[in-house]
Amino acid sequence: MATGSTPKRHTVDDLQAIADRIVAEAKGDEQIEVSVGRSTDTDIRVYRGQVENFVAAQSAGVSVRVITNGRTGTSHAGTLDESALREVLAEARENATFAGEDEWAGLAEPDGVPVTPQDLWNEQLASCPTERKIDIAMELERLAVGADSRLRIDSSNYSDGAHEEAFASTKGIRGSYRSNSCYASVEVLADDNGETQTGWSYALGKHPGEFDLPAAGRKAAERATRLLGAVKPPSKRTTVVLDPMVTAQFLSIIGSTLNGESVVKGRSMFANRLGETVASPLITLIDDPTDSRAYTATELDSDGLAARRNVLMDRGQLKMFVHSSYSARRAGTKSTGNAVGSGVGCLALQLVPGTKSQQELIAGIDDGVLIDSVQGLHSGVNPISGDFSTGASGLIIRNGATAEPVREFTIASTLQRMLQDVLAVGNDIDWLPMRAAGLSLVISDVTMSGA
Amino acid sequence: MQAESRLWGVSIVDLAQEFDTGLLSRVLDRGRSTGAAFSEVFIEDRRNVSASLDDGKVESVSSGRDFGAGIRVINGDTTGYAHTADLSERGLMAAADAAAAAASRGDGGKHVVALGPVTRQKVNNVRVVPSDVPKARKIELLMIANDAARGTDSSIVQVSAGYSDSTRRILVANSDGILATDEQVRTLFRLSAVANGDTGLQTGYDSLGHTIGFELFDEESVAELAARAARQAVTKLKARPAPSGATPVVIKRGSGGVLFHEACGHGLEADLVARGASVYANRVGELVASPLITLVDDGTMSREWGAIGIDDEGHVSQRNTLIENGVLTDYMWDYIRSRNENRPQSGNGRRQSYEHLPMVRMTNTFVLNGTEEPDDIIRATEKGVYVAKLGGGSVNTATGDFVFGMTEAYLIENGEITEPLREGNLIGNGPQVLADIDLLGNDFAMGNPGTCGKDGQGVPVGDGQPTLRVKSLTIGGTAA
Repeated sequence: MATGSTPKRHTVDDLQAIADRIVAEAKGDEQIEVSVGRSTDTDIRVYRGQVENFVAAQSAGVSVRVITNGRTGTSHAGTLDESALREVLAEARENATFAGEDEWAGLAEPDGVPVTPQDLWNEQLASCPTERKIDIAMELERLAVGADSRLRIDSSNYSDGAHEEAFASTKGIRGSYRSNSCYASVEVLADDNGETQTGWSYALGKHPGEFDLPAAGRKAAERATRLLGAVKPPSKRTTVVLDPMVTAQFLSIIGSTLNGESVVKGRSMFANRLGETVASPLITLIDDPTDSRAYTATELDSDGLAARRNVLMDRGQLKMFVHSSYSARRAGTKSTGNAVGSGVGCLALQLVPGTKSQQELIAGIDDGVLIDSVQGLHSGVNPISGDFSTGASGLIIRNGATAEPVREFTIASTLQRMLQDVLAVGNDIDWLPMRAAGLSLVISDVTMSGA
Repeated sequence: MQAESRLWGVSIVDLAQEFDTGLLSRVLDRGRSTGAAFSEVFIEDRRNVSASLDDGKVESVSSGRDFGAGIRVINGDTTGYAHTADLSERGLMAAADAAAAAASRGDGGKHVVALGPVTRQKVNNVRVVPSDVPKARKIELLMIANDAARGTDSSIVQVSAGYSDSTRRILVANSDGILATDEQVRTLFRLSAVANGDTGLQTGYDSLGHTIGFELFDEESVAELAARAARQAVTKLKARPAPSGATPVVIKRGSGGVLFHEACGHGLEADLVARGASVYANRVGELVASPLITLVDDGTMSREWGAIGIDDEGHVSQRNTLIENGVLTDYMWDYIRSRNENRPQSGNGRRQSYEHLPMVRMTNTFVLNGTEEPDDIIRATEKGVYVAKLGGGSVNTATGDFVFGMTEAYLIENGEITEPLREGNLIGNGPQVLADIDLLGNDFAMGNPGTCGKDGQGVPVGDGQPTLRVKSLTIGGTAA
């Protein structure tokens, strides 16, 4: 698909024809890149046994990037109307005339790295009847609130989407693919003595038959009820155990500091530190979108190059940054297949797991906190300076076991120190619906601010 | 240069001139063909231009056009929604069928919708329509700001800046006979600077955005904005770790509206209240805040970032008092919630785009002036933290627990602002913090433009407040 070495797969011929046609308009040494997409989405929300919202969505669009004499212009239109297709190219060309000249500007060249085929399309999902989707949301609602009289529903949801996309560029990179995905999610409220707490969970699978709805219902109920009676803890330095979901959010931030574009532009705390030990030896951080277990497993990056496995930190040592073709050209290196949109990013992060379960990790801690969820990462973490501060809730750990619930406190440190302060990595890898997998992570010397 | 592109080049024409009422009525009828009581057509045409500068270069100039319709059908308690970018009669009818089927468990019926006269509500008189301004002038702003930021201090090592404008024309027609249009023009400029010093990298950020056209830059200087952002980064090079634990916090005017947005704004949205997912449910008439506090949500503040002529359900925007002298007076409402409660709408039914269902959203949310001189508030604070700029925030409306980030803050010692502090989050509980506001200034100002996220949809919002003090907030720093 990207390089011609890909096996024959599903193609989206009408979209490919559009992409090819626009690319064929290139004049002289003008570079053009086109992606054409079409999506269908279903979102169902159930409330107290009734369908509250049913959204059936269809959308299509085309995005064009033009580079002329080192100047880049882009344009997007949310329609595939014939008239729009011509104008979107004209608009991108016009935009390019206003951009500054950039000696590194240029589309990706084919690099010969073969695509690792992924199972991106599921027929069972594609043929799943609407009534079944509604039933799933209804059943998840019953399972989540049925177990405990203190629980009531906030919302229960089923969502799926199918996407087709074709890509072409004047560099000869072209191809198309289709993908689909689905999930169900639930949010519940637990009331006791005039106090309310919330819990949420979700079920994932290639198709609805793979959903574990009872487990999702249990998890949401547990999250809400175990926080009932939570108090504000005292302020102190302590050891935290990050729940897999929290770790995944933490890893996403760490991943953003390893962005090659940030590095070449002087915006990364890790610039000039390749080869140095920046984390505990327990940390081996890999970005691997070719691991089919990852929720965001994919075949191509947004430059149209093959997605690939990259070891970013090996036993604490910083090994590499991630690059798109553009950032790589600037940095004098090769693309790592990490173009995301028009920028750079990690695609599917994971930590190499340790050997202990969360319970075993907790058993080794005399005094600490299990961080169940965090709030405000977007406002309290600065990935450039490394300052880290987030709202949190969870359970006190005392003498190797979880004790009373706590909420309305913050945990703070710096990203640099947290990486060094990792005491243990759990074995409970969880393939969450985000760009990083989670597992339990134990970090020492974090400041907890509460009462 | 090819300046002639019809898709982007058209000047602003009222959408009601492009879609005749006969067609709209037929689509509305079709939406109710399976027996639903209510149908709605929402048409949106959005054009935007953006340009970004980074590392001294204008890296890319972009433009986008999205033009489509969403059809909403409400049958009992079930809402069906379908959207399409095919605005032909065939495309609109197909979407109406899909929405009707999605909402339907009932029988078909025949309805005739008589649309009323068009309500044309322009949010503001735009003096300089952005699409009439040469892109070269937009680019020039980026260069001016870049030079100004870099010229502020030798420690500034990196600058990125962005310009964007958007023109959003909307039309709403529904089976109650409403037909309304609006044109929302927004212009935004932002800049972030990175300073490098012995303590590592620090960042500064500022932005400027109003619901007006390019005349924004006749009124405001991007060079001054750039210098402010740069100075913020430079100042933070000398910052010490923020304290941890509970302390009095003074919040500068115009920088803390996000506190009210999170601490109570979301909790006053009628959809969350109806689910019992708000700590403010069933509390109208009760004292929910310090008696100093009067909180208003006002979509009619025509220049402000959250201003709208009509909401995305066709209701004319209005000013709503939510809390008066500490007493909860009303929630914010959309069509469905006000219908369920048999009360008027409040102009708070908003959506990100035609691809989204409307729901209850804030517009411009702010606290009215008190009586204190701002300097007196600082002088009255022996020890605490002065927050000059807040970042984003978030709230769990069911518990009231919220956080927001401070991006520029200082220690207060013996009634004076002293050393700068590093970044961190503040955390509190909505009702508690509202009760703990013990000093309120007389220096009201609106804050920076914001984007509020809810259920995956972002909409532009404004906020504001005078300088104020919260008796006790928990600061999430690392210092003892």
